[in-house]
Amino acid sequence: MKLRVLFFAYLRERCGHEVVIDADDGASVGDVWALLRRRYPALDEVTVRFAVNRVYVDKAHPLQDNDELALIPPVSGGT
Amino acid sequence: MYLVTKNPIDLTAVLREVSHPSAGGIALFVGTTRDENEGRRVERLEYEAYDDMALAEMRAIGDAMKRRWGLLAVAMVHRIGVVPIADASVAVAVAAPHRDEAFAACRFGIDTLKAQVPIWKKEFYADGSRWIGACAVHEHRDEGA
Repeated sequence: MKLRVLFFAYLRERCGHEVVIDADDGASVGDVWALLRRRYPALDEVTVRFAVNRVYVDKAHPLQDNDELALIPPVSGGT
Repeated sequence: MYLVTKNPIDLTAVLREVSHPSAGGIALFVGTTRDENEGRRVERLEYEAYDDMALAEMRAIGDAMKRRWGLLAVAMVHRIGVVPIADASVAVAVAAPHRDEAFAACRFGIDTLKAQVPIWKKEFYADGSRWIGACAVHEHRDEGA
């Protein structure tokens, strides 16, 4: 299945804003996170939350074809 | 009203948005950008948002506030891009029948926004820059600084 992966803030500066990747059918967020970490050394030792289709999810969340997976570094909006 | 904008925040418009005939009070929190953080002089600030999700999260927070405190209206606006020092970067306004609910809800609104909404701040110093919320390894120092 194809997934759109989005990066923000310092992750965007290191990995680019967006990439489309192939993942095995039935893969979970955690599976894809492991795959991304192999591909991007910049993701080592970073703390992120995950969002699928603009909703926070945990690593066990099952992904579907054409999902939008966002890696959310610690947020710092406000002041 | 939930908005992520590159333009200056129009506070009069925010207040107008939450004005309501049954309201006994409006609480407005305005977050402004500061020229100092942890002892370092900040020359410039930039905010980045995951726009679609930020709006969805703001709306969910606002809906939860309305249910919990019986609010009549909620508005949340966050500015992104470069925000000059001392300008408003965020505004949260609520209208409630009574002031206790208005103050409590407004406080909850800004606290929850800061913890949940996918927006990031980058501070620029004379000698480099840093994403806030990230750990120190993501600091960038200009060469020769």
